[in-house]
Amino acid sequence: MVLERVSVKMKKRIRKNGLIHAFKNGSYATRLSFFIMGFGQITRGQIAKGVFYMLIEGIFLVYLILFGGRYIGHLFSGDLGRRLTGEMWNEELQIFEKIKGDNSFLILLYGVVSIVLIALFLLVWATNVKGNYENDIRVQKGESLTTFREDVRTLLNEKFYIPLLALPFIGLLVFTVMPLVFMLLIAFTNYDYAHTPPGKLFDWVGFSNFKTMFSLSGGTSGFALVFLRVLLWTFVWAFFATFTNYFLGLIIALLINKKGIRLKVLWRTLFVMAIAVPQFVTLLLMQKILDGDGILNKILGTNILWLSDQRNFALLPRLMIILVNIWIGVPHSLLLCSGILLNIPTDYYEAAKIDGASAPKIFMNITLPYMLHITAPYLITQFVGNINNFNVIWLLTGGGPVDNVYYGGGTQAQSTDLLVTWLYRLTTDQNPKYNVASVIGIIIFVICATLSLITFNKTSAAKSEEAFQ
Amino acid sequence: MKTTIKSITKHFSDILTYALLIVLGVAWILPIVYLIYTAFRVTPSTGIINTLFPSGLRLGFGNFSRLFQDTMFSTWLANTILVAVCSCALTTAFILMVSYALSRLRFRFRKPIMNVLLVLGMFPGFMSMIAVYFILKAMGLTNSLLALIMVYSGSAALSYYICKGFFDTVPRAMEEAAILDGASQPMVFWKIILPMAKPIIVYTVLTSFISPWCDFIFVNTIISDREKYTVSLGLYKMINAEKNSFNDNFTVFCAGAFVVGGIIVTLFMSMQRYYVEGVTSGAVKG
Repeated sequence: MVLERVSVKMKKRIRKNGLIHAFKNGSYATRLSFFIMGFGQITRGQIAKGVFYMLIEGIFLVYLILFGGRYIGHLFSGDLGRRLTGEMWNEELQIFEKIKGDNSFLILLYGVVSIVLIALFLLVWATNVKGNYENDIRVQKGESLTTFREDVRTLLNEKFYIPLLALPFIGLLVFTVMPLVFMLLIAFTNYDYAHTPPGKLFDWVGFSNFKTMFSLSGGTSGFALVFLRVLLWTFVWAFFATFTNYFLGLIIALLINKKGIRLKVLWRTLFVMAIAVPQFVTLLLMQKILDGDGILNKILGTNILWLSDQRNFALLPRLMIILVNIWIGVPHSLLLCSGILLNIPTDYYEAAKIDGASAPKIFMNITLPYMLHITAPYLITQFVGNINNFNVIWLLTGGGPVDNVYYGGGTQAQSTDLLVTWLYRLTTDQNPKYNVASVIGIIIFVICATLSLITFNKTSAAKSEEAFQ
Repeated sequence: MKTTIKSITKHFSDILTYALLIVLGVAWILPIVYLIYTAFRVTPSTGIINTLFPSGLRLGFGNFSRLFQDTMFSTWLANTILVAVCSCALTTAFILMVSYALSRLRFRFRKPIMNVLLVLGMFPGFMSMIAVYFILKAMGLTNSLLALIMVYSGSAALSYYICKGFFDTVPRAMEEAAILDGASQPMVFWKIILPMAKPIIVYTVLTSFISPWCDFIFVNTIISDREKYTVSLGLYKMINAEKNSFNDNFTVFCAGAFVVGGIIVTLFMSMQRYYVEGVTSGAVKG
């Protein structure tokens, strides 16, 4: 225990004074380890650790010289490749030779990978220096250095979070962080169908994509107004999708839980069946049922374009989307609500009954506030999830119908597009505009991140994470 | 007198409730019935979309034999099971590790890490899909099921919070006692916390097992060989690939959907209790 406290104190001292302090006051071994990682450890007998650090430095340097350095250079010199892929006349052989030119895409990608690797390396490097300085202090105090076995034991106890988090975080780095940084950078380039490597190259353009997105030129079907329309619909959709599902789920849960209703399990199972059908199956099925030539029109004997009627700002398709979404989403909220309803303390109800409160009053004053209080984080997650709800829109209407008056132009947006489906179309269309898509992605991110950070840190959950221990 | 009025209103409200439940129940079950009906429908090949009861209607297992003989459905099924099992194991392990660390251990940067994870989870996944594709290509992994497994479980850490909410409620006293008895942290994790976390483990396993059955966007980007498809992409392509594919394949599609749905229903029903516990514990604690 005492030892632990000493080491905590020591760590605090090192942290406070930082690397500069370590360089000024450290032993020669520590200073040398700024350049040759692991040197200090080896001279002091921590062979395994030292060799490990040295190996990492070696591998990293080899990588940087043979591969990474070139891309980093490209990234910071502000050009993403100049040489085009093409053919060149070779005088000696009298033939056209294929020349492999630069590829802006790969330059950017490998540049990002290299930056991430450098950041990781710096982390290891700092630990190495700190370790050395810690050794210095231990030697000064006449304490013995930690052995390899002790280090392992620390990793499994005080520092158990390191082995726990290492692997998941590597996955996160490779499959989330790196692609993300990459796509963020794309927003500052002119990467579109006219600049698609390897045939053509793209380059940095600063904030001009953001300017395009928010410029009013182009009138009603220019980017700025189309963006506002899509944004408005995204919010309207997210609002209705979230709350229709929630309240209908709650109402059905109340109906099923009502005293005296029989076959509760049967009713619940009936609705829960809908969860088990994969979403894309339901959506494709609904799309075919609601199609102009679909079965619904045949049964009704009508000729209604349920999913592609353009009139009134595509009102009908929008309504149908929300309706189909109810079918998909209500069973989920039904399960959730009926789970929570059972947990409402019964004394509330008993007290209300003694006071002679009517059923609607009980609902408005007890059930609803309780439910809203408990499910607030769930509602926020749902809302954000619906802002990003790609499947429902894409599989039902594909974002359509096409509306050239309000959405056309070069924006490639369509009437029922959410920001995400618009983004997707911009990247998969025949004339992709990756740069604009990235701008939209950044906007979506800012919206969602703000919403969720505020709410998650404000809900009681974040504050009282230790309340139940 | 008063009691009879009361019992009449009570009866009336019961009847109303039943009526509502029946109407809603029918609305929810009808599309499923239609799906099952179409799966078993062996009609003369015309008019599949727009006639409900054509003349010469036959019911039978014809679509299923077409499904397993004429299409590669059985391969896709095997692929999906492989991907689902592997990614589910990895995802569950990752989520448990991350949420245990964030919930039970105290270390520097814990709060910032939680916020960063939350923020990272807000990016729409397929915004980075093209970049993911090229990273996989650089690793030589495109067109392989391994890539799918990695993509599905690679960002598992982002969905830590439901599980963390659960860990937060486990009393600290037990693990303190164990540590006093000389248990190491891994032992506490393995022997004390995990056995108590059964509902949340089942919930995580269930959700992560089901998600590969439903995704088709990532598969579509990463996989181009037909024999590497998962069921969702296979079924999607079945009715969306060519112009007339829908008319020709709709009944077979429904048969495939019936098989997939059947698998998920079975899983779901057998573990419904845990699912509810998982969802609600996540909702209560954020």
